[in-house]
Amino acid sequence: MKPFDFARPETIEDAVAMLDARPAGHANGSALLAGGTDLLTLMKADLSAPDRLIDIKRLAELDNRIEEDEEGLTIGALVTLAQLEEDPRVTALYPALAEASSLAATPQLRHMATIGGNLLQRPRCWYFRNPHVHCWLKGGDECQARQGENQRHAIFDISPCVAVHPSDPATALLALDATVRLRGAAGERELPIADFFAPPTAERCTETIIRGDELIVAVRLPAAQGWRSTYLKAMDRKVWAFALVGVAAALRVDEGRVIDARLALGGVAPIPWRAEAAERLLAGSDISAEVISHAAEAALDGAQPLAKNAYKILLAKALVRRALMALSG
Amino acid sequence: MEPSRHLPVTLSVNGSQYPILIEPRRTLLDALRHDLGLTGAKKVCDMGDCGACTVIVDGKAMYACLLLAVDCDDREITTIEGLATGNELDPVQEAFIRADAFQCGFCTSGQIMSLRALLDANPEPDDDQILRAVTGNLCRCGAYPNILKAGRLAADLQAQAASNGQ
Ligand SMILES: Cc1cc2nc3c(=O)[nH]c(=O)nc-3n(C[C@H](O)[C@H](O)[C@H](O)COP(=O)(O)OP(=O)(O)OC[C@H]3O[C@@H](n4cnc5c(N)ncnc54)[C@H](O)[C@@H]3O)c2cc1C
Ligand code: SF4
Ligand code: FES
Ligand code: FES
Repeated sequence: MKPFDFARPETIEDAVAMLDARPAGHANGSALLAGGTDLLTLMKADLSAPDRLIDIKRLAELDNRIEEDEEGLTIGALVTLAQLEEDPRVTALYPALAEASSLAATPQLRHMATIGGNLLQRPRCWYFRNPHVHCWLKGGDECQARQGENQRHAIFDISPCVAVHPSDPATALLALDATVRLRGAAGERELPIADFFAPPTAERCTETIIRGDELIVAVRLPAAQGWRSTYLKAMDRKVWAFALVGVAAALRVDEGRVIDARLALGGVAPIPWRAEAAERLLAGSDISAEVISHAAEAALDGAQPLAKNAYKILLAKALVRRALMALSG
Repeated sequence: MEPSRHLPVTLSVNGSQYPILIEPRRTLLDALRHDLGLTGAKKVCDMGDCGACTVIVDGKAMYACLLLAVDCDDREITTIEGLATGNELDPVQEAFIRADAFQCGFCTSGQIMSLRALLDANPEPDDDQILRAVTGNLCRCGAYPNILKAGRLAADLQAQAASNGQ
């Protein structure tokens, strides 16, 4: 790990000012430290080498609480995955998020990992994590995974990078129609989570559109009355593995009729993937095994597997069916 | 600004205060092992992939290899060295011996800390809760069945000790 300075600002404004400024000798800029569970693994491998870490865990204005009001739930950026897994409001009203959190990582990591950091964690592609490979996402010319060991990679080809987004909670939050509240030098803005994530481009080799001077302040969930939701995760072992495929489904059902549906897939694209064609098929339908089967097909429509990951299509369809069955039963 | 000055930090470990001067990049695990001489928490993967470095921070099991020591300066840290009282082992330690819950011992201090944190929060865990508490502790020797037994036994021993104490 390269040496760095350590700063503990008092206010969000000060933290933003620090992100914005590059004092002499700070060519690599600053990075925010929350739980540190992703950042420190990147820094140990010299994949990230900030000149200064800005500890945001003690910012009084940055919340580690979950607040409920008529409009829904506000989850402070510092709320941990352990809190999300256990909070009775989350387990009762937004089970997909509680399940996704409880299936992520390990108890120790969930005690440390914050939701803000979880959304901004970097890909687990083994070429990316290998300090000796200079792949496209790290500014190189080539994506080694495309012709290489791509068992774990994307089946929707939407970027020169075919790494998948590693977050479980992000997939759930997409199906739950969350918004992300950001604060930066230009003030505060709130975006649908679908707009927060964006496939890496040559100009922006990251998975989100957050600006360099911005903090995630909170994640907000709309009121969940009438909705049911669930998250299913396929792993290559029972625990402590990133998702091969994750599926989050949310349905509003009235007397067997689907009023509204949202379906999101993880492990299939560089960003959490919304299956809109399947959602359209489900909305207004009388839920049945046949409808569910069609929805599962539609969810994977357009998927283009790489040489070694066609299995993900079958896996994803099966999880979609299972999730929808569970919600309609 | 000269990067990476040493910073004064006071670590509160097993009830004692340790004022030290460290670089910000020092992990809690390295500070415990090298600055404080507490080698019970093991450094194996150093990447959050094994659990051998598990300590209890403010009542919760965490990986010391993914915490910065500067980040822990007002948090209560418990390591395996802090469990026994004199010659009297903690119920979890005692249970590991009686249930033969280790082979090479590499993962053991981490397993014990995870179960200690579980019993602090939930003195009467069921089997699922015991197993779940050690999902973040890899045992390459595969001692899991006996670790489960040790978890059950530790809860019993702790309950007995509590009723004897009354
Ligand atoms: C062994 C292992 C297994 C894992 N398994 C899973 C899994 O199965 N599923 C899963 O979803 N995740 C998994 N993770 C990832 C883990 O959940 C994330 O590392 C964690 O959620 C990141 O949160 P953090 O608070 O530790 O972030 P940090 O590491 O502190 O930060 C991560 C990034 O986010 C930035 N950041 C943090 N907070 C903010 C904020 N409020 N505003 C702006 N920027 C911010 C940091 O600057 C940094 O760039 C695993 C991690 C490990 C090490
Ligand atoms: S998939 Fe992305 S991260 Fe992996 S090698 Fe290709 S460009 Fe790099
Ligand atoms: S040494 Fe910390 S988890 Fe392996
Ligand atoms: S006893 Fe050897 S690793 Fe667990």
